[in-house]
Amino acid sequence: MTYQFNFDPIFRSFDKMLAGLWLGLWLAALSLAIGCVIGLLVAYGRQSRIAPLRWALVTYVEVIRNCPILLLIFFVYFGLPELGIFFLDKIDSFILTLSVYAGAYLSEVFRSGLTSIPVRYVEAAKAIGLRPWQRQRYVVLPVMFRITLPALANNLISLFKDTSLAAAIAIPELTFITRQINANTFRVMESWLTASVLYLVTCYAIAWALRRVERRYAVIR
Amino acid sequence: MAEPQPLLRAIDVHKKFGDVEVLKGIDIDVQKGEVLAIIGSSGSGKTTFLRCINLLEEFHQGEIQVDGERIGYTAGSHKRLGEAAIAAQRARIGMVFQSFNLFPHMTAEQNVTLGLIKVQGRRKEEAVEIARRWLDRVGLAERRDHYPYQLSGGQQQRVAIARAVSMEPKLVLFDEVTSALDPELVSEVLAVMQDLAKSGMTMLVVSHEMSFVRAVATRVVFMEAGRIAEEGPPAELFARPKSERLAAFLGRFHGLAH
Ligand SMILES: Nc1ncnc2c1ncn2[C@@H]1O[C@H](COP(=O)(O)OP(=O)(O)O)[C@@H](O)[C@H]1O
Ligand SMILES: [Mg+2]
Repeated sequence: MTYQFNFDPIFRSFDKMLAGLWLGLWLAALSLAIGCVIGLLVAYGRQSRIAPLRWALVTYVEVIRNCPILLLIFFVYFGLPELGIFFLDKIDSFILTLSVYAGAYLSEVFRSGLTSIPVRYVEAAKAIGLRPWQRQRYVVLPVMFRITLPALANNLISLFKDTSLAAAIAIPELTFITRQINANTFRVMESWLTASVLYLVTCYAIAWALRRVERRYAVIR
Repeated sequence: MAEPQPLLRAIDVHKKFGDVEVLKGIDIDVQKGEVLAIIGSSGSGKTTFLRCINLLEEFHQGEIQVDGERIGYTAGSHKRLGEAAIAAQRARIGMVFQSFNLFPHMTAEQNVTLGLIKVQGRRKEEAVEIARRWLDRVGLAERRDHYPYQLSGGQQQRVAIARAVSMEPKLVLFDEVTSALDPELVSEVLAVMQDLAKSGMTMLVVSHEMSFVRAVATRVVFMEAGRIAEEGPPAELFARPKSERLAAFLGRFHGLAH
């Protein structure tokens, strides 16, 4: 028995797949952006002198890092309405979940980034008379972002792959669309092969583009 | 004869790291326009003293005044100033570090303009003009768009000097600014400092470059174990050291000094 490949039905739905891919990219990018804000706040918060705040933030990070993300997605999507939070549509709910998830990981990235900044840069910033928040804004954060850029790039790629889990709550990203196409056309191999190639190419493209960005900003050598 | 008010006055400054007292009562007056060289063996407290002046270290006893203004604390009481007030005081004191400490993500010009714009509140064009003038003066007009990693140690240190002096501080602190440099790059930095000294800038210079100290300093202090052991004009101090310690210290530079 040989499998007869026929990609025609897939290519007829290719625009849908691309739309799904695009949606996944958006979900990942938005979650990364929100996750960066959360991660930064948590990283700074964990340097706070207020012990209960530090404990709360450690708890957040540990809970998220030790929970399967699919469970978090279900918890937010099905669980929160039980608690009376109805205003989230599917996509908002997923972005919220992925952002909170990314925030926990990114907080660790930023935390080590912040501690790896040589004190002498901060002292130079003090010596020219920058105030504390200016030292963060103009020296610490920009240097930290450059140090953590490779880790941020990896996180973006992971998040992009994680967007396939949105299929579980019927968000029409690439994996969900592919399942539909598969169901409608019965072209099992063709649909999943095409989807895999799309994921692969996109991940490579992101990695390649970000490596260029990294090189552009790699000023500490 | 009444001395004019000194630009820098340190009164009985003590500093401890844990239980170890590394400054054991520093008293010194520096007049405007003076170039005070601080010499002494490693670990004698030279760096720590400079860092106390611009509050990179807190000292627990004594007082430092710059242009009559008490550094770090409200006059009279021993209440620490707020961060903004401390930052404002630091802005009037320049510091050049042994390891340059240029901001690695900024070009030479941006390193210089940052303080001019964010601390002094100057317009960008004005700041750029000032920065270019200073980079030109330290011989780096061509390198203003280079990042620190694209510059040699000597060039980085000259940018760092431009960054400090472009803000027209009342006083500039130099902490062994040539010690991290390859020998062939030392002279270009010393030449810049000599130029600044001639222009009447008030400078505190920690240095092991004895020929530079001899040529440029108006006064030399010799630090020993957290105290000022000896001071005087360089010619006198170098020719007739009073203490064994200074004689021994200078002996180590013999042959290097000329
Ligand atoms: N951050 C610090 N913590 C503990 N001890 C320090 C610290 N900085 C300097 N010291 C000690 O203080 C003494 C004076 O150091 P320093 O001022 O750097 O001397 P110098 O610049 O004359 O070589 C040394 O014994 C040094 O080990
Ligand atoms: Mg030192």
